[in-house]
Order: sequence, then structure tokens, then C-alpha cells
Amino acid sequence: MAYRDPVLVIVELKGGNDFMNTIVPYTNGIYHDCRPIVGLREDEVLPMNDTLAWHPNTVPLKEMFEQGDVAIVQGIGYPDSSRSHFRAMDVWHTCEPIDIGTEGWLGRVVRDLDPKGENVLTGINFGKGLSRALAVSGVPVTSVDDLDNYGLMTSIKEDPKRMRAIEIFKTMYEPAIGTGVVMDYLSQTGLDVIKGSDKLKMAPAMYQSDVEYGSNSIAKALRDVARVHLAGLGTRIFYTQHGGYDHHANEMPSHPKLLTELSEAIRDFFQDLRNHNASQEIVMLVFSEFGRRMRDNASGTDHGTGGGAFIIGDGVNGGLYAEYPSLDPSRWANGEDLEHTIDFRGIYATLLEQWMGMDATPIVDGTFEQIQPFKEVV
Amino acid sequence: MSNTDIALMAHLMRRAGFGATRTELEDYAERGYENVVEDLVEPERCDPIDEDILHRYFGSFEAGYVEKWMYRMIRSKRPLEEKMALFWHHVFATGVGKNQHLLASARQIDTFRRVGLSNMREILIELSKDPAMIFWLDNNENRKGEPNENYGRELLELFSMGVGNYTEDDIKNCARAFTGWTFAQPPPLYPQGFYDAKFVFLEEDHDDGEKTFLGHTGNLNGDDIIDIIVEQPACAKFISRHLYNFFVADEPQVPSWHVTPPQDPEAIEILSNAFMESKGDMRHILRTLFNSDFFKEARGKKVKSPTELVTGILKLIGTYERPDPGMGKYSGATTLMGQKLLDPPTVEGWHTGREWIDGGTLTERVNFAVREVSDASRPGIAELINRLKAEGRALAPDEFVEKCLDLAGPMTVSDTTRESLNKFAESGGDLDLSADNGSEESTDRVIQMLQLIVASREYQFA
Repeated sequence: MAYRDPVLVIVELKGGNDFMNTIVPYTNGIYHDCRPIVGLREDEVLPMNDTLAWHPNTVPLKEMFEQGDVAIVQGIGYPDSSRSHFRAMDVWHTCEPIDIGTEGWLGRVVRDLDPKGENVLTGINFGKGLSRALAVSGVPVTSVDDLDNYGLMTSIKEDPKRMRAIEIFKTMYEPAIGTGVVMDYLSQTGLDVIKGSDKLKMAPAMYQSDVEYGSNSIAKALRDVARVHLAGLGTRIFYTQHGGYDHHANEMPSHPKLLTELSEAIRDFFQDLRNHNASQEIVMLVFSEFGRRMRDNASGTDHGTGGGAFIIGDGVNGGLYAEYPSLDPSRWANGEDLEHTIDFRGIYATLLEQWMGMDATPIVDGTFEQIQPFKEVV
Repeated sequence: MSNTDIALMAHLMRRAGFGATRTELEDYAERGYENVVEDLVEPERCDPIDEDILHRYFGSFEAGYVEKWMYRMIRSKRPLEEKMALFWHHVFATGVGKNQHLLASARQIDTFRRVGLSNMREILIELSKDPAMIFWLDNNENRKGEPNENYGRELLELFSMGVGNYTEDDIKNCARAFTGWTFAQPPPLYPQGFYDAKFVFLEEDHDDGEKTFLGHTGNLNGDDIIDIIVEQPACAKFISRHLYNFFVADEPQVPSWHVTPPQDPEAIEILSNAFMESKGDMRHILRTLFNSDFFKEARGKKVKSPTELVTGILKLIGTYERPDPGMGKYSGATTLMGQKLLDPPTVEGWHTGREWIDGGTLTERVNFAVREVSDASRPGIAELINRLKAEGRALAPDEFVEKCLDLAGPMTVSDTTRESLNKFAESGGDLDLSADNGSEESTDRVIQMLQLIVASREYQFA
């Protein structure tokens, strides 16, 4: 079956997740000194070991960790110049920390998986707007905001009318000789969108599940991923975002809510796949563009550097990977941030080489230290 | 006045402005092409937009800035002023994502509107004193003895000349000349509030030593550097190519310019000469551009930016004659299509041309346009239907297509597109909008025809 090929699901926590308040160094005095307001007390966290504890709102994720399905990548980041925070997401998406990259790393992955662009669903983005990670000129990928209402001209409510309009659209976008490369590209893109939506509309109809997902955006997106994966349409890369992590202010009331949404959605997603006997081929990477500042600003935290990521799935050998960044002020990056301990490009390479069975070097543009988070390596 | 005049005027208004209604096009055509170009490049001839009305409808200054700007784009009597503000925003790309200071970013656009049609020297001086730019490229950290080269480098590489026209030493000396060019930020009244940041020159942070820049030696300050830059033929060429890319036809992305020659070297030559002979006077250069044959022949040679697509649709449907609430959804629409105004992805600006298009953004563009033209009660659509009615007779299918393409543009389409549209028109027979038969069904057929037209490949081009 086609969908037994390894599949990667990427969840981007948009805005810079506060890793220190997710996996909390709860016995470290420096943490409590730096976070008098935007911090968690020792008696409210859920200890993992003598030094680290889970945020109280991550119970479902903690349980998956205890079952051995979650690898925590501590201290993920990249060699940074302090002024480039605003570029962080671009850097993660293009693997170009210095130059301005134009090709998204997952777009390159899609190109390698499907060099002729035969399946426009090889890579799918769920959410509003295509992530830069998936954008490579000439590589068709699909971006879905609402799976139940996906496609062209969806505002035309009467079905026969809409079908008619789409038929005409198809003939209008038929490639014609001598109209130029840009017009040709537009034709191809238009017809790809139609092809993609023709296949995708099967997914909701085929799906049946007992799992009830939450009603927030990440739950909805992961349910869409499950529905498309279970339809067996050959998708190898799924991408989605969970927004709202840029907590410069009001972090204490809003961060826990996001962590609840996220961990419940991940639990429900894997439960759903397991119920359908379709979880073995999936690995999920949850990442964020950076961690946050050591010291809080009395209401939130400003942009930092080193953060954390999670690799989740049945094939994962759960546990702690890389090193938790030192909290010792003499080791802070830029005098105020956690220093990263492992380069994100090594984590991408880990997933690509050890899970997807691909050559990562040209995709991440170099060789970087990898971790070994999988039970079996392809 | 001929249809050719109307079509040419529509081209001019798509490029120099944000589109025009049919009635506006007829008025413009009446006035004559060259006169209209004069009105565009000398905006003082036309009334400014009523700022009080804007304030009243859009509330506090910075919150709704993008909506307010989009309203200006579609309703200002000085469309080129707004188009130049957008042009400089593309070239001097500054992202609010870094400064989180919407007021400063909004003020920068106001500055581009104010000086965008002046000369290159004034524009670069204002740019170098702009707090949003200073913060964006770290010139507030550029001090005597510890220069920060970020602004100095981009001023040369992306804002005025392009790589290959200066050395690394020129960059260092340029940066030194701009030491002490920073801003003052009064503390805000509220934790989340802002006051205007103001340019200040800090004498004590300024490097007074001797500098050599592009062969000129002396105690150069930032304005001396700009004086030198604007005299360089490289600057004339670089800005000309930017203008060509924005107003005439899509060029490759800026970083490849030093290796890829312009598609129309003669046009760039004409514009560069206009630049050199006028000392970088934008009015003179643009007058030359709009009156040139290469411009008039460039119909359909540019992929519309998301802003152009959205404002063009708004002009077509004729809504927001007054600044009513609800325009926020249109800035949201351009964002989904890949252009979040005030927040370009990097200092390099948006990648334009075919790079505006991917599966996701094309879906957004088509769905947006199809949705917006679906309401026959919108003034622009109602007007279009009235014009079809005024024909006073039933229209054969191919006439029906022809008239709609004409009124929605005028648009030139490929045979493939026309045949497809004809096929659709034929399936319903003649279109009869006359009183007796002006049924809902006929109106609906017009709407469907417009939906197909705005979904077409050709509609993606300006």
C-alpha cells in the first residue's frame, strides 16, 4: 500500500515557543531567579527527573513520552547573530543562516521524492498560506485551508454551477503554444490545483473515526492530516502551524492554553491513526523558530535563541536527546539567551536520512551532527 | 474616443494607479493620454484625499493603517502618489515584524508618499533618517569606533546601486559616514503604546575621521555619501531597472541583476538618461516612462502583485466609495496571496513576477476574485449590467463574451480563453437583459461570465 512509505508531519509552533516553560528546569535556582513572574513553581510542574519537569498542561504529551513515543530534542537552534531574530523562521525554512535563501527545505524534499512532479499531493500544507518551507519555484505542492471546503471557486454554492465553472476553468488553463513561460507556468499551476482538489475531495468522504478532536486550529489541522493520510493519496510531507507563541506579554494566561491544545491534538491524532492501523509510517516533528529570553519582562518573554523540539511516533525511541542548554549566566548567548546545543539542520538530516531514507546533505546544505531517535534506521 | 484609447488608458491606470472604473476611463480618455500622464506625475493638480474623513472612519492612527492605505489606493485622486509609496515600499523593504512598532512603519509609508515623487537625493536622505529603517537595519547601533555595516551595505546593494559597483572598503566607509544617524524614542504612555520615534544625529557617536568613498576623500557625512551615490550612472541604471520591473514588465529577482542583463536594455538606457539629465527627478523619469512606446506596448507583461489584484477587483466592483468599515478583510486577502503590506519577508523585499504564483496563492487569487464579483448589487457590477442592458437588444453569445471582456478591462485574451468563454456563453444562448426578459437568470449569467473572466490566466496579469 502506497501509504506505508515513511511520512513526515511537521508542526511549526509559530512565534517562538518558550521551551523553558514547556520542559521546565524546575530545580534550578537560576530559572526561578530569571522568571519571577513568567515562571512555574516547583510544586505545580510534573517532574520527569531530578532536573526537568513537564508543564502541567502537557499531560497527554507526557503520557506519550512515558510510553516511549516522544524524543525531546533539547537546545535546538543555530549559530546566530543577535540581530537576526526576525529572520529566524526564514533560516529554519531555507537552511540558510547567512545568505537569504529562496528555496524551502521541504520543497527540496518534495522535489527529491517526486522529481517529475507527478503527484501534486506529495507535499501538503494545512493552514492559511503556503509555508516558505515548502516553497520552491517549479515544485508543485498543495496548500489547504479547509479540507471540507477545499478547491477553486468554492464560493459558488450551487454544485452544478460550480462544476460547470471548473470545467471551463480547465479548458481556459489548457497550455497553449507560444504564450510564454510564465503563462505556461500559470497553466500548469492552475491544472495542478484542479488535480489536487479532485483527489483531495475523496478524503473526507472516506474517513470514519471514533476519535473526537478538539475544536481549535491545531486539532482541526491534525484531523485533516489524518483524513488525508488515511485516504492513501501518496502524501509524504504534511506541514501545519500552531500560532500564537510569540508571548511578549500575557504569557502566563495564554501559553498554557496553547500547550493544552497542542498536546491533546497530538494525542488524538496518533490515537486516530492507531485505530486505523496507520501510525507506524508516521513521524511528527514539532518545532519552533527559537526559544525565549532567559529573563522575563514581567508579563512575557522576548525573543531568545536555543529552544526545543519533539520527535513523535511509534518508531521513535523516546527520551531526552542533545543537551539541555546551560542556565549558567556565563554560558548565555548574547548575554541573555539559552545557547543552542544542537543545530536544527542536524535534526532535519536525522529525519531525512534515518526516517525518510534520503540523502540530506544537499537538502540541508551541509553535514551536521545527528541524533539517533529511531528504533530502526532505514 | 476609440476603444484603443480606452484600452491604453486602462493599461496606464493599472500600472500608474490601481485600476479605474469604466466611467473614470472614459473621462481620462476624454482628457487625452499625455494630459493624464501630467496629472499623474504632478499630483498637486488634483485634490488630496480628505484626511479628516479618513481619521473619522478608520479610527486611531496606526491600528488600521493598511486598510486606510488600501482605501487611498482605490479612492485617491492622486493614484501615482500611492503607487510610488508602494514602489518604494517594495524597494526599501522594511518589516514591521522586527520593530513591532506599527506607528513607525506607518510613518515610513507616509514619508514614501510625501517624497516618493521628488528626487533620488531627497528620497535617500529621508530614507536614511527614517526611524523604521534605522531600526530595521540596525543603524541605531552604528557608532564611531564600532560601526555596524548593515545599513551602509544595503543602502548600496539593495537601495541604490546593486552589487559590483563598489568595494567592501566603500561599504565600510559608507557605514562610518552614517555613524550617529539614529532615532530617539520617547517612552510610551502605556505599556503597549507608542509615540513617534524621531531622527536624531548624535554628534558624539559620529565618526569625524577621513573617509574615502567611490574615489571621494574627506570627512564625509551621510548626506555627502548620498550626494556621491546619486551622481553614479550605476544608481541611475539600478533605479531605472527597478522602475521598469515595477511599472513595465517583470524582471528577474534583484540579486541576479548583476549577472542577468535587462530584457530591454534600450528602455533602461532611456530611463537612465532621464535620471542623469534630471538629477534623479522621479517626475521626469516617470513622465518619460509612461510616454514611451516600450511602456505602451507592455500590456499583460507583469503578474499583478496581490495588492494590485485586490485593489483592481475593488475598483471593478466599485465598493468603498466612502471609507466604510470592513476593509480589513482586504489586507487579510493580500496576506494570504503572499503580500502582507508593511511586513515584507526580508530586506530584499517580495519576490515578484511568477514568484507571486503557487498552488496556494493562485487558489486564493481566483477564489477571492470569484467571490467578490458575485454580487450584482455592488455598484460596479450593477453599472456593468446596466451598460449591457443599454445595448437595447439581445446579445449573441460571442458578443456577450466580447462586451464582458471589454467592460471588465478592456482585456485581451488568448484564443483558448476566448473559446472557453464562448462555449460557456453558447450553452445559454443569446443574452437578453431588456426589460421584459431582464430576468434574474440573465443577470446570473453575467455574474458567472465575470467570475470566469476574473478566474482566467490573463486576469492574473496587469
